[in-house]
Amino acid sequence: MADIQNYSINFGPQHPAAHGVLRMVLELDGEVVVRADPHIGMLHRATEKLAETKTWIQALPYMDRLDYMSMVCNEHAYCRAIERMLGIEVPVRAQYIRVLFDEITRILNHLMFIGSHGLDVGAMTMMLYACREREDLMDCYEAVSGTRWHAAYYRPGGVYRDLPDGMPQYKESKWKNGAKLKKFNEARSGTFLDFLQDFVARFPKLLDDYETLLTDNRIWKQRLVDVGIVPPERALQLGFSGPMLRGSGFAWDLRKKQPYAVYDRLDFDIPVGRTGDCYDRYLVRMNEMRQSNRILQQCIDWLRANPGPVLSDNHKVAPPRRADMKSNMEGLIHHFKLCSEGVHVPEGQVYSAVEHPKGEFGVYVISDGANKPYRLKIRSSGYAHLSAMGEMARGHMIADVVALMGTIDIVFGEIDR
Amino acid sequence: MSAKLELLSRNLQKHLGGRIAGMQTALGEITVDVDAALYPDVMPTLRDEPELAFEQMIDLCGVDYSTYGDGRWQGRRFAVVVHLLSIARNWRVRVRCFAPDDDFPAVPSIVPVWNSANWFEREAFDLFGIVFPGHDDLRRLLTDYGFIGHPFRKDFPVSGHVEMRYDPEQQRVVYQPVTIEPREMTPRIIREKNYGDVENG
Repeated sequence: MADIQNYSINFGPQHPAAHGVLRMVLELDGEVVVRADPHIGMLHRATEKLAETKTWIQALPYMDRLDYMSMVCNEHAYCRAIERMLGIEVPVRAQYIRVLFDEITRILNHLMFIGSHGLDVGAMTMMLYACREREDLMDCYEAVSGTRWHAAYYRPGGVYRDLPDGMPQYKESKWKNGAKLKKFNEARSGTFLDFLQDFVARFPKLLDDYETLLTDNRIWKQRLVDVGIVPPERALQLGFSGPMLRGSGFAWDLRKKQPYAVYDRLDFDIPVGRTGDCYDRYLVRMNEMRQSNRILQQCIDWLRANPGPVLSDNHKVAPPRRADMKSNMEGLIHHFKLCSEGVHVPEGQVYSAVEHPKGEFGVYVISDGANKPYRLKIRSSGYAHLSAMGEMARGHMIADVVALMGTIDIVFGEIDR
Repeated sequence: MSAKLELLSRNLQKHLGGRIAGMQTALGEITVDVDAALYPDVMPTLRDEPELAFEQMIDLCGVDYSTYGDGRWQGRRFAVVVHLLSIARNWRVRVRCFAPDDDFPAVPSIVPVWNSANWFEREAFDLFGIVFPGHDDLRRLLTDYGFIGHPFRKDFPVSGHVEMRYDPEQQRVVYQPVTIEPREMTPRIIREKNYGDVENG
């Protein structure tokens, strides 16, 4: 009989299912994975080191580029760290806007998750549907910040500006004209909140559509059920957080357990899985989108009723209004100081964590009183999840590795930093 | 200080007592300083003691204090900072452990206590050169294959030492010393207390 040996294959660094640049050395026994060793760092940009050379505010746009699927949630953790060290109050309306955008981002991220997870496992339709809805939400990003992805919208002390009164509209073109153009622009004729309200109203129905496509789909279940089971005690040991931890049966959500911003005033539930397999984690994320939709509705109602400032009036931290800067000497000085030297954050250290769509995203900063961070450490959830890949993949078929990668919901921006 | 933080601080005192070198509370967070020699002894207590119950190691990172406060720093150069989270009790603690030797920084590994520390320790080794005795797979993680140096140390320039380009003559990618000048757009400034007659100016 022939002598059969294990053999190793190289998965990535360029592979459509690698969600970016992941190289994984897989040792196989037939089609069964014996050992999986992820090699990361192909997207390492040393964000933390770069931040040490920039002022506190200049480092903020780097946060968008970490987990580039959930941009403003990263900013939220960073801004909160600075705000806590400076001890400044954020206006309530700004906190509501932050929660609103955190939840928009959560939906964006989870849509991308089911889209790409579906694509990995062989359900191509999901990606197309998910991108259709993502388009509307990215228009929201564009309306408030001018960019569709890297918003830099949250600032220490609040948000950059208030929600706009109008939405950008489609212009007449060869492809969109007449009645069609009118239909496209129908929801965009009102304010930003009207547009979002329209989305919130139709989103549950769309989620039901996705569920009919996937939840009871035989192929989908065959690929996900009982794949990558993580028992609760292992989930704790491996440092899991977010949907990965909830999939294993812990009702742990920082928004509920250690509430930040205005999450303690909002009504929502934490979906929890039972078996800790890929299918449960999928169900948890689907349910989270429904909960996010509920939160969006509550935020919209509150924001409609309560106008007010959205940026702190402490001009040592947040820039003064444009008009003040033009007419007022003090405003001009503040603006100049902020834009040249930046904020001086008092000496100390702080760890601020938020419930990011992928898990716990934490920013640990050490300040020595300078206008730049002394040390910035970004704790990304995907990093801990991917480090468990070896354990999760062991004993599974090689095709399941792709399903596992989807279920972790990895984005290399945050893992490699 | 909130009641919860007070309880945690009391429990830490009770169970770690003489084994900790210092404890500070600031901004609603507790930092515990531990000597490297006692570190492998303290960490399992933090996890296993039901009155502390830190089941999760959330984050571990290295810190290089060499230029802290523009040279004001007196203590040891390298530290490992660990953030722990208790899901059962819903609290956090930060543990800081300074490496006793600046030239060969080493701190015992906590992978046997929390398996999630694996990659975090590899990262601290890669970026700061802190060695973790007891870690059985201490390879570089984030930097390039064959990288030399520890890039997050304060004496490592932001632009690095080598750059990479395609060489048309040799028809392959080659490494060469960096050709860009280091530049600083905004200088790093630490103002004296009450500068401009305001707090946190």
